[in-house]
Amino acid sequence: MDIAAIVKQLNLETRSAEDRLNNKVTGGYTGDLLSDVMANSKAGDIWITRQIHQNIVAVATLKEHAGIILVNSCEPASDTLERANRENVPIMVSKLSAFELTGKIYSMLAEKK
Amino acid sequence: MVSVEKILEKHDFDIEGGNFNKAGTVSTRIKSILKHRQLPDEIVRRSAIVCYEAEINIVSYAKKGVISLTVIPDKIIIEANDEGPGIPNIELAMQQGYSTANQQIREMGFGAGMGLYNIKTYSDVFDITSEVNKGTFLKMAINLI
Repeated sequence: MDIAAIVKQLNLETRSAEDRLNNKVTGGYTGDLLSDVMANSKAGDIWITRQIHQNIVAVATLKEHAGIILVNSCEPASDTLERANRENVPIMVSKLSAFELTGKIYSMLAEKK
Repeated sequence: MVSVEKILEKHDFDIEGGNFNKAGTVSTRIKSILKHRQLPDEIVRRSAIVCYEAEINIVSYAKKGVISLTVIPDKIIIEANDEGPGIPNIELAMQQGYSTANQQIREMGFGAGMGLYNIKTYSDVFDITSEVNKGTFLKMAINLI
């Protein structure tokens, strides 16, 4: 499954690196503590968070995440967007809470397996 | 001491204390150096975690610091040396969940008290020494064989 499929099904709004929506999503991780995400997420994960500052791009790049989804309509900071476009990290925004969004994406991934 | 002819990579990177805008850039550089060497993914992954946590600690607490990467045939050595407040009680600082981070640091999702714990977990050898009002020195090794 690629990011574009998630964007379409869950009505996400893409805020950066639109040309990377073909990134493959192989799993997901939900969290706002960067050390936790660093330690426990995997390459190919879609990262679900409500952190909006530019350090999320550093973490996603280091961990080779497929992309980042911000929950509860949180908007990325402007320097976050600049960095995300520079490093080719897609950031999307969802109106859903982390709980709901995680559940929906988990189901989508489970169906594909 | 490692003899000079065995050193495959040696790089020093300066880290600016308090500059969260740049946090993670040194870890990204180090990761790309290790990937370029075609080291196993798991080794690169562990090195990146160790390096990132050391970098974030310097940015969060110290005035400035240096992270050094040395690669020799049988291991990766990452050293983090800072000028900062030091750690009065290392045993306490090593406990998962213990943190002295201020509110600003916590709001960004740092300061969860996982940094040193992660560093210890993901390195094969971990040494920490610290002097209050001087600084902290970390030495980590990740075995390649």
